[in-house]
Amino acid sequence: MRRVYLDSNATTPVRPEVVAAMMSVLTEHFGNPSSIHWFGQHAKSMIDDARQHVARLINAEVSEIVFTSGGTEADNFAIRGIAESQKAKGRHIITSKIEHHAVLHTCQDLEKQGYEVTWIPVSRDGVVDASSVRRALRPDTILITIMHANNEIGTVQPIEEIGRIAEEADVYFHSDGVQSTGKIQVDVRKLKVDLYSISSHKIHGPKGAGALFVRKGTILKPLLTGGGHERNRRSGTENVAGIIGFGQAAKMARESLTSDMARVAELRDLLETALKSRIEFIQVNGENAPRLPNTTNIMVDYAEGEGLVISLDLKGVAVSTGSACSSGSMEPSHVLTAIGKTPDEAHGSLRLSLSALTTREDVEYVIEVLPGIVERLRDLSPYYKKV
Amino acid sequence: MAYSEKLLDYFQNPRCVGEIPEADAVAEVSNPVCGDVMKLWVKVDGGHIQDAKFKAQGCSAAIATSSFATEMLVGMEIERARLITKEEIAEALGGLPASKIHCSVLATDAIKQVLREFQPR
Repeated sequence: MRRVYLDSNATTPVRPEVVAAMMSVLTEHFGNPSSIHWFGQHAKSMIDDARQHVARLINAEVSEIVFTSGGTEADNFAIRGIAESQKAKGRHIITSKIEHHAVLHTCQDLEKQGYEVTWIPVSRDGVVDASSVRRALRPDTILITIMHANNEIGTVQPIEEIGRIAEEADVYFHSDGVQSTGKIQVDVRKLKVDLYSISSHKIHGPKGAGALFVRKGTILKPLLTGGGHERNRRSGTENVAGIIGFGQAAKMARESLTSDMARVAELRDLLETALKSRIEFIQVNGENAPRLPNTTNIMVDYAEGEGLVISLDLKGVAVSTGSACSSGSMEPSHVLTAIGKTPDEAHGSLRLSLSALTTREDVEYVIEVLPGIVERLRDLSPYYKKV
Repeated sequence: MAYSEKLLDYFQNPRCVGEIPEADAVAEVSNPVCGDVMKLWVKVDGGHIQDAKFKAQGCSAAIATSSFATEMLVGMEIERARLITKEEIAEALGGLPASKIHCSVLATDAIKQVLREFQPR
């Protein structure tokens, strides 16, 4: 069966060049980077190279990149690290209603510990209004954490504007860049962020590796203490193979970002236009907002998201949904709720996310099979009447 | 895949889909939690369910369990139909993942509601 992978915001296939780079670590260069002998020093120099590739991808300095186990750890480190180091100054945090669970649940946990969190709403198109962040500032605000791009609907937030506001107010600013990195140009200097989270497996690297950009001079309490690795910011022997793979993926993402993403945007637009013309009663979420080039989130009336996902899977196509029926928690996606969708509307949501490895044939196959699937499910619906 | 072959078959090729224009009873139920809906039509003949048809808008498990339950009803004694449980449906379909057990409640709710019309007097 033909297999088409359009769930790249969940994870991406690892590039062959990344696998090759990792293999050399797993087979030959097994040294502990903390050891002073050749084996250790060779591994250390490989990590230094990887750090440079990751730093370049977001215009950071090498000393500002702290490797972590992934995006979730980077988010936790940034938020908990600031909350802990700044608690004498205040206990107020500003975030948005559409953050990834790694930020959302971390902020909720801090609320239980006595921190106060302001949850900034978003427009119906899924964008935070920077001026509402300004209005939420208080003398005891210690951190603003707003994602760069949303994982479900792909909307890009006005980070540069919020960065200026944070700078003027002298408040630490973290942005979860897990979805934006490798898909749009990221320049941490221009964005004026103090902390920026990145994940390896969203950019064709391996799982289990990520990084937090920590602007020079930022005071952050470590989550992990021990041997003082990563300039005392994150102890624990480095995941060398993962980091080397991440470095290779970052290098390749940077080299081909402009051309890859222009092509991806074209394919995404082709997909969206074709689906809108072939399927009636569908809407594109966040359509009028700045969006990632690879993401489309549609709402299909008179059909349910999980049923669509399973039907597509049986045809070899992998996508995801924000429908309550697929979440386990039985709640529709908090992102779709935040953009004003009712549970009924969220019921039929479908996220299709492309990557640099997506082909035109992949997209054409989805355009071919999805209308029939929607038609079949609608024929089962007691509410759908053919016009 | 978290679902059994049998469940996927009932999702892909649901039996007893449709409406019965001259039904003796019709029930429409929705799952307040996830928003799935099922509509059930039955035609009775004495103490038996002569025919049953359904329509549903919901996830794969909701559609499969609705179809399977409707198929069970055809030819069944009303008194036996009252005893159908969500566990019976889930087991017959090869079991459901824990998070999807609630989907089979949709079908049992619809059956309960449609049979209310035939209370023994």
